[in-house]
Parts: sequence; C-alpha cells; structure tokens
Amino acid sequence: MQRIDEQTFAQVELLAKLSLSKEEKCYAMAEMEKLLTYMDELQELDTEEVDAMVHVLPQVNIFREDVVTNTDGRAMLMKNAPKSKEEQLVVPKTIQS
Amino acid sequence: MTTQYETVIGLEVHVELATRTKIFCGCSTQFGAPANANTCPVCTGMPGTLPVLNRQVVEYALALGLSMSCKVNQYCCFDRKNYFYPDNPQNYQISQLYLPICHDGEVEIETAKGKKLIRIHEMHMEEDAGKLMHDESNDTSLVDYNRSGVPLLEIVSEPDFCSAQEVIAYLEKLKMLCQYLGISDCKLQEGSMRADVNLSVRPVGSDVLGTRTEMKNLASFKAITKAIEVESRRQIALLEVGETVVQETRRWDENKEQSFTMRSKEDAKDYRYFPDPDLQPIMISDDWLARVESEKPEFQPQKQLRFQEQYKLSAYDAALLTQSRHMAELYEQTVALSGNPKKTANWFMGECMRLLKEKGMDAEQLKFTPKHLAALIIALDKGEINQEIAKTVFERIFEDDIEPLAYMKEHNLLMISDTGAIEAAVDEVLIENTKVVEEYRSGKEKVLGFLVGQVMKKTKGKASPGMVTELLKAKL
Repeated sequence: MQRIDEQTFAQVELLAKLSLSKEEKCYAMAEMEKLLTYMDELQELDTEEVDAMVHVLPQVNIFREDVVTNTDGRAMLMKNAPKSKEEQLVVPKTIQS
Repeated sequence: MTTQYETVIGLEVHVELATRTKIFCGCSTQFGAPANANTCPVCTGMPGTLPVLNRQVVEYALALGLSMSCKVNQYCCFDRKNYFYPDNPQNYQISQLYLPICHDGEVEIETAKGKKLIRIHEMHMEEDAGKLMHDESNDTSLVDYNRSGVPLLEIVSEPDFCSAQEVIAYLEKLKMLCQYLGISDCKLQEGSMRADVNLSVRPVGSDVLGTRTEMKNLASFKAITKAIEVESRRQIALLEVGETVVQETRRWDENKEQSFTMRSKEDAKDYRYFPDPDLQPIMISDDWLARVESEKPEFQPQKQLRFQEQYKLSAYDAALLTQSRHMAELYEQTVALSGNPKKTANWFMGECMRLLKEKGMDAEQLKFTPKHLAALIIALDKGEINQEIAKTVFERIFEDDIEPLAYMKEHNLLMISDTGAIEAAVDEVLIENTKVVEEYRSGKEKVLGFLVGQVMKKTKGKASPGMVTELLKAKL
C-alpha cells in the first residue's frame, strides 16, 4: 500500500521549502516509503513496559552560571555570511513567519 | 430570532527574562547593542556547537510557575521545534513540548463581576528568535541575531477569557508577578512581553468551541482590546452568512485596525518536535523547589493590605504605592527613618509621581536613597525649611540623590533660626513703612499681613511666618 501520496508529499515539500523536479520527487517518495517500511519493523517490538527515554546519557543538570563570557561576535559572523550589509546578513525578502 | 454569540479567548504570553546572558550561551542580552554584536557560534547556529543551559532561567521559571500555583515537572527536558525561517539560524527553536517545566496552574484576576480564576495550561522555557528588518530599497531582508537565544517563558492559558477587559486584567497580573519577582520588565512596547490571542466565537449556551484564529503583533493593551473586538465581529459576520472560520494565524495592523492572514496554522506534527540530544534533562529536587517557594516575595495584594493596616493608608494610596515593588520598598525604608507614614506617602504620591510622569520614567527607575528623603521630611517638620524650598530640594534628591542638609546649607536655603537676623529685618520694615505702622496702631489690624509679607520678602522666604508675626506684634 502506498502511504506517501501526492498530498502528503506536497505538504512535506512545503514545510521544507523545497521545489523538486519530477524525477527528484519520484525518488524521494520511494525513499520515504522505504523509511516507513523500516518503521513498521520497529513497531513490531513490544515497548509496553518500557519508559520513554529522554536522553541517552545518564546525566542531569548541566548548567552554566549567568555570566557574560562572550565578546563582540560580528567579525566571526560576517566571515560566514555570503552577503551582508551594515553588519547584518542579507537574505531574500522574508515577511511574516 | 437572531443568534447571540459569545467570545472565547485563550492567551499565549511570551515573557523575555531579565537574565544577563542568553539561555544557552554566554552572550549578553543587553538591549540596544549594535546589530549582531551579541552573537557567538551557539546562538547563530554554527555546526558543531553545544548549548549549555543558563541556571538562572530555571530559577526564574520556577519562581513564576510557583507564583501561579503550577505543578512542576521535576524531571523536564528541551525539545527541538523544526521550521525554516531566516530569524532562526539553527532551523529549529529549542523549546519544551513533552515535559514543560510547569503545568496546571491558576491566576486570579479581578473582573467587573468579581474575582475569576484563569487556568494555566502550561508554562515552558524556550529561546527567542533573531530580528528581521525589511530593506524596501532592494527587496531583501536584513538579519540581526542579537535577540537569538534570549530566554523566554511562554505561558499558555486555558480558553477562560470572555472579554478584552479580562485579558487586560490577566496581563496586568502577570506583569505584576514578573516585576515583583524581578524576572522581567514586561514592556509590551519593547517586546519584552508579547501576547498572542487565540479567539473563537460560538452561540451562547453552546459548550463546543468554535474554530479559532491566532492573532499576533499586538504591541499595546489598546491594540489587544481593539483586535479582540474586531476579530469577534469578523468571525460572527462569517457565521451569520453561513461561512466558516478558517483556522489560521492573523497579523494585527495597528494603523489600519484590521488583521490579515499570515499563514495557515501549522500543526504540532508539522514542527516534528523531538527531544534535543544536545541538552541533558533537568532534575529539580524537592529542596530546590522548597527554596524557591520560600523566596517568593510578598506580592502586591498582600502588600497593599499590610500598608493599609500598618501605615493607616487609604486603599487608594496603598494601591498606588505598591504598584511597583521597588517603590514600595523605598517607601517603607523612608518611613522607618522619617517616622511619618502619612507625610512620606504624600511625597511619593505627590512630587515623586509628578516627576516620574514629567520625565516619562517608571517607578522601577527611582534611584534615590531613603535616608535623603527622610532627612528632608524631618527638616520640613522641624520648620528648618518651608514647603516651596522642600519641593525644589526634592527635585535634586529625585534626580541626583543629593544629601539635603548639606545641599541646603551650601545653597543657603535653610530657614533663619537666628532671632537677631529676623529682628533686624522687622526693624527695617517698620522704619520703611511708617504709614502702614500708623494705620495698624490706629486699629486697622489687617495691615499686619502686609508687614509680615515685607519681612518674608527681605528674608527671601527663609524666616518662619509665625515668628515674624510674633516679633512684629511685640514691636508694634
């Protein structure tokens, strides 16, 4: 049974802000089907008695104190910016999240 | 018969915490720094960086949570909320979904119909996003990451409000709690408090919730009130003509007093939340909770009642004085030194409030030493200065926290206590006004006022009018 239909794929494409060609889309849909099949295998495990795990390491309460340790980060950031203006990154016009 | 509708509102309030540094890195949170100056690889989402939680954020979250009678998830953790937007350099926001730090609390508000409890669904810690500025000249946006990673608390209420008045009362209450706890200044205009309004309408008597919309960009109480009114009307109008309300996020335009569709609401599943593997869980011990509980301050309503009792103040005076915890504390410290609750209250409510308003300041910004105001009150009480001079001296205390006695001596403002000097002035006035003196002696006693006035003028207002009158009478 095909579970990744056109509509589901379109939604994923929208969320990922991607626009794929027909070939890319066919490939991606098949890959996603494969992922779901693998998940089906995992579903077979009985986890009824197992608590949900939040973290793999047995550590808690890793804190830092509220003290300023960083200095002006502009130079570093601008070095990584493909395009900048007045020490701000320039991106395609984006309005309203 | 036409259907009557009622409005149902729930709120999501974001409060920016007044920590020195960001939630996951040692960058300063100082407002007004040059664009991108407060950034580092962590808060700009560079690969390979590791966020480490600021302990103070947990302290503040617990303080507010317990003040809203919340239950605490003593084992809690952070989750990633995935979405793509240039203000979010990691492509996910670190937030809490599965185990938020607090849940199931309540906040009591005053309404026109008496007290009402607003239920708190949950409260969680998260990071703020950067700021986008739109460059109209060439159709691009500029990104400033100074705000990226600033700690926020998001307080989600149940849909328990039915009017704008209730919403405002609740926001005022939250603001008071935060300010009394010293965890945020909660300024809507500056964005340190932001409220998103979830609103739906339904026929009166129905217990099914209608489809809701979420309203963003509400930067003042006025905007919130107007937006609630306009959005209720818009939804009712849709239902009246048989259309349906679309679940969506809308953006309020304060100038047009209208809202516009921003995007169709993404479902929680669209954010693909999952526990953040970079951050270890938080375990809050019973001792930790007990300490935070014991450190809760006396809040406004209790403080007001105590002020009424202890200092014999009217409810109105006590309410004004306790609007700000800082001002209430200055008041109490001043009373302890001046020994006069009523006169001290008059200074705070009169001159102090007047100057705050005149200078566009908040009570939180008051910075004078209680000892200085107390000294002024005592000097005035003893008759060492008069009311007018006291007001000008108070302005200097208010602005530069001067020591009043030294200041008054230096500027020669103290009353003349030397009888000899006043006597000399009285003698001069009597010689200069022989005609008036005659009138007085022939029975026209009301000219005495004129003579007192003349002496006061000679002494530049620094003689006690009582003493002048007495001396004049004796010599006449």
